[in-house]
Amino acid sequence: MSLHHQIDFSYFPGCSMATTAAEANMSLMQSAKILGLNLIELSDWNCCGSSSAQTMCKNLSLGMAARNLSLAPAGRPLVAMCPRCLHYLRHAKVCLKKDPETHRSLEERWGRPINLDLKIMHFMEVLVRFGLDRLKQSAKRSLTGLKFVPYYGCAVFRPPDLEKEKYYQGEMEDILVALGAEPIIGAYTHRCCGSFLSATDPEIVTPLVNEIIDSAVAAKAHCLVTACAMCQLNLEIRCTSRERLPVFHFSEVLALALGAKDYEEWFVRHLVDPRPLLQNLALVA
Amino acid sequence: MSQTTPLAKPAAPRTVIEVGQPRGFLAAEVIEKSGTDLNRCYQCHACANGCPFIRAMDYPPNLVLRLLQFGMREEVLRCKTIWICVGCHTCSSQCPMGIDMAAVMDTLRLMAVEEGVAIAKPNILDFHEEVLRSLERYGRAHKLGIMWRYKVKTRRWLSDLDVGLKMLAKRKLDLRPSRVQAQEEIGDLFKCYWRESK
Repeated sequence: MSLHHQIDFSYFPGCSMATTAAEANMSLMQSAKILGLNLIELSDWNCCGSSSAQTMCKNLSLGMAARNLSLAPAGRPLVAMCPRCLHYLRHAKVCLKKDPETHRSLEERWGRPINLDLKIMHFMEVLVRFGLDRLKQSAKRSLTGLKFVPYYGCAVFRPPDLEKEKYYQGEMEDILVALGAEPIIGAYTHRCCGSFLSATDPEIVTPLVNEIIDSAVAAKAHCLVTACAMCQLNLEIRCTSRERLPVFHFSEVLALALGAKDYEEWFVRHLVDPRPLLQNLALVA
Repeated sequence: MSQTTPLAKPAAPRTVIEVGQPRGFLAAEVIEKSGTDLNRCYQCHACANGCPFIRAMDYPPNLVLRLLQFGMREEVLRCKTIWICVGCHTCSSQCPMGIDMAAVMDTLRLMAVEEGVAIAKPNILDFHEEVLRSLERYGRAHKLGIMWRYKVKTRRWLSDLDVGLKMLAKRKLDLRPSRVQAQEEIGDLFKCYWRESK
């Protein structure tokens, strides 16, 4: 149980966290629970729209993201872990602010208010803002010796519309360094993972992913830690390099440091087994 | 996939540039639809230099803007670049003039589909349509269903079979979709979707 008083947040998991990256979701929920950050899943959430809706129909893209905003109860921030979902949710808010007519018509359509003052935050931002003291008090395993590449992919890039929004450049390092790990920054930390091209045109994505992994190997990292679940998947399934490295979800490393015990359940879902590395560092049994 | 560097050598060398529409006409249309003033571009190539996917493109992003300014509608709407772009916003973040390149690409893809031109990367359009079909039906993406239907459509059965099987073995592909309760709200959103999606 948590030692801390609970702070409530609405939580938007998104399709990846809910399915392909269930291990990211499990470890995130574990971490949040230990830290007393109460992530309450947004009731009946739908897909944020993703690149496909954005590609095919702007109204659809806006509508899908906006419906999620309409489901968020007042009085607590909306938290996302997937950078892309965060992006589309924030984008919808910016669009609706500029377009009161659409805002009104969507509210009428659903019979629910869409609160445009809603705070939309990434979980790392939540950690930095509300959780740093809690992190120190709750850390159970030191990450000392773990050399990681903080892999953001395209997560901190954004269109000019969103440039004034808060993003989390550097926060992954801040948090994991506080827990004892050592960041390796001489690798491709901000190179896009290939996104949906991984499904449609793997021959384009494989060389790019290999460059990213090779750069991490060359920088003598033990592993990569990703901010985004899709990046984690693409880096694992598209890498054909001879030397491969484990790729963690940020929340997995966090939960490990916080003493979570159900890590076996997450790690069996990895294509590159991270357990030998963690056993070497005596982080897991 | 072409391995030539688009910067050094455009896809098809041509000696005469035929200007299809009065200069500025097409650019104005795209500026209006995308809400981004692409005429601020001074061809510094920051977007092309940063783009991770440049090797798979037939025109670098800055050249797409130039073609728009020249009114070369067909060239732009039929190019691969607009489909290869995943909207990672690396270019938008690097552009010294604050041009939202991803919004331009979004606009051009839509125009290409609406105008019924030959799509340079039909498999990517197929993929997006399958994702949307899944979203329409469940409100959330059901990846196994999407990949299955995508395979049926593109008949690329054997490519990637190993990856698919690995993902299944690691239980990364759920057999059953997770779905939204308020289906009518989702269905309603798809009424604006321009294409018969059945």
